[in-house]
Amino acid sequence: MDAAALHQTLQARFGDAIGTLESGMEPAIRVAPAAIVGVCTYLKTDPALGFDCLSNQSGVDYPARHEIEVVYHLISYRLRHACILKVGVPRDNPAMPSVAGVWRTAIWQEREIFDLLGVVFDGHPDLRRILLPEDWVGHPLRKDFVEPTEYHGISTKRESML
Amino acid sequence: MSLGGYDVEVQRPGGLATEEMTLNMGPQHPSTHGVLRFIVKADGEVMREAIPDVGYLHRSIEKIAEKVGYHGFMPYTDRVDYVAAMPCNQGWAMVSEKLAGIEVPRRAEYCRVIACELNRIASHLLSVGSMGMDIGAYTPFTHALREREYINDLLEDLCGARLTFNYMRIGGVAWDLPPEWVPKAVAFLDRFEPLIDEYNALISYNKIYVERLANVAVITAEEAIDYNLVGPNLRGSGVKFDVRKDLPYSVYPEFEFDVPIGSGEVGTVGDCFDRYMVRINEMKESCRILRQALAGVPEGSVLAKVPRKFKPPAGDAYVRVESARGDMGWYCVSDGSEYPHRVKIRTGSFTATSIIDKVSRGLMLADLIAVVASFDLVAPEIDR
Amino acid sequence: MKQLVLQLTGEGGALAGVPYHLVAALAMLVFGAIVVFVFVLPVAGVTSWLERRVWARIQSRVGPNRVGPQGFLQWLADGIKNMLKEDIIPTAADRVLFSIAPYLVVIGFVATFAVIPFSSTLVIADLNIGVLYITAVTGLVVVGVLMAGWASNNKWSLLGGIRSAAQIVSYEIPAGLSIFPIVLLTGTLSMQGIIQAQGWAPWHWFLFHSPFTFAAFFIFFVAALAEGNRTPFDLPEAESELVAGFCTEYSGMRYLLFFLAEWGNLYVIGAVVTTLFLGGWQIPHVTDNPVLLAVLQFGVFFLKSYFWVFIAMWVRATLPRVRVDQLMSLCWKYMVPIALVNLVGTAIWMTVVPARVDRLVQIAMTLAGVAVLVRFFLRVRFQLRRAKLRAVDYYYSPII
Repeated sequence: MDAAALHQTLQARFGDAIGTLESGMEPAIRVAPAAIVGVCTYLKTDPALGFDCLSNQSGVDYPARHEIEVVYHLISYRLRHACILKVGVPRDNPAMPSVAGVWRTAIWQEREIFDLLGVVFDGHPDLRRILLPEDWVGHPLRKDFVEPTEYHGISTKRESML
Repeated sequence: MSLGGYDVEVQRPGGLATEEMTLNMGPQHPSTHGVLRFIVKADGEVMREAIPDVGYLHRSIEKIAEKVGYHGFMPYTDRVDYVAAMPCNQGWAMVSEKLAGIEVPRRAEYCRVIACELNRIASHLLSVGSMGMDIGAYTPFTHALREREYINDLLEDLCGARLTFNYMRIGGVAWDLPPEWVPKAVAFLDRFEPLIDEYNALISYNKIYVERLANVAVITAEEAIDYNLVGPNLRGSGVKFDVRKDLPYSVYPEFEFDVPIGSGEVGTVGDCFDRYMVRINEMKESCRILRQALAGVPEGSVLAKVPRKFKPPAGDAYVRVESARGDMGWYCVSDGSEYPHRVKIRTGSFTATSIIDKVSRGLMLADLIAVVASFDLVAPEIDR
Repeated sequence: MKQLVLQLTGEGGALAGVPYHLVAALAMLVFGAIVVFVFVLPVAGVTSWLERRVWARIQSRVGPNRVGPQGFLQWLADGIKNMLKEDIIPTAADRVLFSIAPYLVVIGFVATFAVIPFSSTLVIADLNIGVLYITAVTGLVVVGVLMAGWASNNKWSLLGGIRSAAQIVSYEIPAGLSIFPIVLLTGTLSMQGIIQAQGWAPWHWFLFHSPFTFAAFFIFFVAALAEGNRTPFDLPEAESELVAGFCTEYSGMRYLLFFLAEWGNLYVIGAVVTTLFLGGWQIPHVTDNPVLLAVLQFGVFFLKSYFWVFIAMWVRATLPRVRVDQLMSLCWKYMVPIALVNLVGTAIWMTVVPARVDRLVQIAMTLAGVAVLVRFFLRVRFQLRRAKLRAVDYYYSPII
């Protein structure tokens, strides 16, 4: 099933929650944050779609659009097709529902996005920092992140670049 | 009451008080394959749970990508997975080429495939050898590393480095195959292919080895897909999916090879032994690909014309590469400038680590080592 | 030695007039010290060197080859290096227990040398309970290891110590039960007595005495490997699981002492196996010269016991490690019942089977043993030839 057909199917079912079909190199379907769990559950459970695996979940910061975009790359091992979902959440209050209940791989992938971009996933079973220390301040993959000059008294600046 | 300075809760008349022991396995531990830490709650030898604690090797490679530009990021991709650096090179090259719409010369694609498959064999050799070592047999490790040395020599001839290759470039590869290199690689294959059976004779079907690995940490196909296991870990669970075959890239469609999957020959499908055996069989398939590729290297240039100021048009691209640890996802967002807007690397070890918490419950302490080894975890790939 | 002391204290002897018991005790001490320093420590050291070389060969490496000819003096260099290293005792450790634990382990293995008969005359003390004594003093190793594990105040050490205690205590049982058939056959616990009951030829050995002793031999050897913490039963110090097991916190000489005991124990295993099942120092009658006889007997005993040391090294280089539950089930579900059957079987054999059949069985078993050995060597030769055939003329020169 190609992206356009999938877009129509989803729009017929979820109506306004499904946004435009982003035509680019890889067409992506825009989904409203509130509807993401419903859409994902449908994509996974519908036998004709059967997206059984969340291959990649990543967050992208767009300061110009005041938006953090969470991108879902889905793949179906059974039917051998793939699709891309994109969800935009506001930068100042990045909160959206978690899909950890749909695919369990999202537990860690959402933790990583929370850690590096600060998107809060509601309903996540264990939303903690994963790569950075628990007491780290800020989310480094945001474009406006400023590197702290020291961490626990250890300077992060080198006197000489050599 | 107090016993030797410790407060011990004594329950009477129910017998002795017992408590769970919290073991801190890692970050420095002989068999965690890098800097990986598990917080193990153990009841004697039996684990209640083993929670992975990752991040000790987080070098913010994705953030670095946003600062160094497309060409400059290539050496960093080696460090994502230093055991199999070639597929990482290829992932970055492919995602950049896809963004900019660059056509890669056929000779370069062949060079890439040859380098990647050699690297895959080297990585699987390390995995298979260290599996033996983690189980307690040291000889397979040295024998596997001996053959790996030859591959390192070959790759050194090819690109001057033995571990972090920096071989590929956006639009091709950095160096052409050296003269007289192809016969050397074929000679290596002639030597290596029969040795795979020798590994099987040496260790794979050893009674103790089989007992240690069979039926340990069984992962069903549904679980494997749900947790997004990839590569040999996924195929060990019986899912026949290989990016090279099912979502082909580069010149892989031109080669004939099989995708080995776990058969549960000594235990259940999806146990540690199946994941191990898939790697052994994949080495054979890599040899098959290598023979075909080495026989048919076309003439031509190895590097397409790519501007020094590489500015792909705005957009995003997602590329899947079959690394030694499986489907490796490279997601790159370009904003039309010289620097990528965002790079995300979804690695096989990262998702494989997330399932350890689940499969380790109720296993013995020694099994955790086998599980970690059977997933072929490489710590820098988890943390990036 | 008794004769020597009698000579010394007797009429015209150098020590005439001194009480016999005093001289005997003194002689034992002096001889024991000589044995420990001239024989036990070098044996442990040389075993360590040999193990590393054999291991390296099997793994297609070179191994230590710098200190002395073929690296023969590597063990001395290592010993000196370790003696010069700092002896670190963790703050939270129990200082007293932590310090004495390695010595207990070493005592456990050195004391066994007191009864090991190197020749018909070369033995420190031919105790009439020799075999029992060996089982008893090797039990001291458990105490040392457990103490080391507990006193280190480290969870990995504790796990290693507990594993070791469980393992050694369990495997004492099949080991002990496999000694009993020999005791039944000879009617003595003395090491010399057991050797004297055998002869120089393989069909005089208890190994080929009956099917039951044949099985007992393998059970004893496997159980002894387990007691010596050797692969495939090296769980107490499993590097990949428990970092270094009970010796995680040790450093310097104390750390080395554990390994000294391990390699020394390896030789003790070989010596006990040789004594019990392989005819000990027995050689055909070739000379009446007591010195030459002692040298020959010593040589035969030494070679036989080192053969089993070599086998243990080979096993270590080949086999993976078993898991702790498999270790226990192997002991309690298989080895203990088989050892019990052996014991009863030997008793029945002794009363039922007449002497002439006995001899026939021994010769038949010896032939079968030789056949197995020949088949084994042919197999090895076949594999070696195949490996040679396969070695293509490769561009890169391999290390070995």
